[in-house]
Amino acid sequence: MSASRLFWLPALAGLCALASAQAQTYGLGQALTAQAIAPWDIDVAADGAGLPRGRGSVAAGKLVYDAQCAACHGAKGEGGIADRLAGGKGSLATTKPVRTVGSYWPYATTLYDFINRAMPYTAPKTLKPEEVYAVTAYVLHLNDIVAADAVLDAKGLAAVRMPNRDGFVADARPDTGPTARRP
Amino acid sequence: MSDPVSPAAAASRRRFLRSGAGSAAVLASAASAQVAPLEVAPWSREPGEPVGWHPYGQPSPFEKEVMRRSRRSVPLPGANSSMTPLHALFGAITPTGLVFERHHAGIPQIDPARHRLAVHGLVQRPLLFSMDDLLRFPSVSRVHFLECSGNTGSEWRGPGTQSVQISHGLLSCCEWTGVPLSVVLQEVGLKPGAAWVLAEGADAAGMSRSVPLAKALDDALLVYAQNGERLRPENGYPLRLFLPGYEGNMSVKWLRRLKVGDAPFMSREETSKYTDLLPDGSARQFSFGMDAKSVITFPAPEHLLRGAGFYEISGLAWTGKGRVRRVEVSTDSGASWRDAVLQEPVLDRALTRFRLPWHWDGGPAVLQSRVWDETGYRQPTPQELIAVRGLESGYHYNAIQSWGVTPDGKVRNVRV
Repeated sequence: MSASRLFWLPALAGLCALASAQAQTYGLGQALTAQAIAPWDIDVAADGAGLPRGRGSVAAGKLVYDAQCAACHGAKGEGGIADRLAGGKGSLATTKPVRTVGSYWPYATTLYDFINRAMPYTAPKTLKPEEVYAVTAYVLHLNDIVAADAVLDAKGLAAVRMPNRDGFVADARPDTGPTARRP
Repeated sequence: MSDPVSPAAAASRRRFLRSGAGSAAVLASAASAQVAPLEVAPWSREPGEPVGWHPYGQPSPFEKEVMRRSRRSVPLPGANSSMTPLHALFGAITPTGLVFERHHAGIPQIDPARHRLAVHGLVQRPLLFSMDDLLRFPSVSRVHFLECSGNTGSEWRGPGTQSVQISHGLLSCCEWTGVPLSVVLQEVGLKPGAAWVLAEGADAAGMSRSVPLAKALDDALLVYAQNGERLRPENGYPLRLFLPGYEGNMSVKWLRRLKVGDAPFMSREETSKYTDLLPDGSARQFSFGMDAKSVITFPAPEHLLRGAGFYEISGLAWTGKGRVRRVEVSTDSGASWRDAVLQEPVLDRALTRFRLPWHWDGGPAVLQSRVWDETGYRQPTPQELIAVRGLESGYHYNAIQSWGVTPDGKVRNVRV
């Protein structure tokens, strides 16, 4: 076998591997490090994964709430031009259900996630972690879920058990019509 | 295809012809409408507007009432919705400028040169894509409807509005062009345990929804164009997710991030919103699919019938489960039903136009349509739907709609 043939064999193998790879991927996009994605990587899982360092008290949360939230959600979370946040306990199975953080939301961690990404309405993504923890704690306190002297951090927030935690069921459709699942 | 003319209309026609005087009466009636000598209009006597009058184009000024409308003004105008004027449209495709809107914190104006899509989480190669990158991938175009899961929610407790635009107009159908999400997920490579994908918007709401990986790999699209042009800002420019047959909120607009995970992310939009409360106090979660539904768009409450005689009843039918198989129309409160003609092509998870000729005798009538989809599912009556879900589930109302016609030609939203 000549030297030139020996040269080509691995090159051909490489080409085949490349062709195979090209059938699956296109080589587009830039590699993304954990450090680079960090400013966007804001989601918080139900078990608290993704919660940042920091902590906040109910008392500090009241100050944030009064300044940033009360105008839309009411002084005590009773609702206004935006959603009611507190109350509604025991109302879901009645003809006048009231869906609030306390009566309806299954996870306290979702409250952190939503406030952090979307609130306050006119300036979202501006609150510091300490402020988000604090106002989360205050809204939970408005619903009698944490005590007035509570201070929440990642561990404490993930440990909060919401009243409607087990209130959700799987989609059971089709539930009408000829193909409906019958009980 | 069955005879599109009703037995009642055929019988009426036979009686009419038997009477002998019938056809003469019609001719006399038509002849009595004397037409004055025709005017040669001013627009025929001078050149019209120059080429490029509107470089992008816009509807005739005489069509200015055909526009998106909202149910009400709200204190937070960026967190509102507008409805497609279904009563004024033809065929099955929604003009881009009339596609309904639902935003949670306004419409961001995004420079596509600065927009990025990050794909990370349980993947082999986390990647960041520019719009130029995404436009280089192999693309597809598909026609699908887009419907808000809250569409027609005003009808749970009976007729909620005298307008098909407001009652049913959180509904549109477009040709969507983009990259199959499966292609991009292949580019990053999935890791073991991957089961859900978080889709997140770049808007002020940071809209986020969890998408089952099976759906993401099946038919999800990363869309950058709509009806042949780049997306409009209010429809997610420069990039949105599109999930055929799923509730509209999941097709996250202004898409900036996809994170692959092993569990649903339990965002606010799939816990406190977009869950369906049942009479026993439990709530259905991850109720993604849109059921089969239809509505008559002509005549509808926005229209006035000008006297007895011939009309073509027309409407739209759709299903999140596949193709529309059959649409029946009743003109007598559901006592009898006739098969409507379906406009071809009947596409998968797309609006399908149906039509039925109707001879209105000038008396009171109640018009209804009901659709059957290819799974054998039939659109329910309001009573059937409420019997299962009560009055508080909010989303996914898909019951038969009734329009009452009065002898003066008005059309009213009624419950029978």
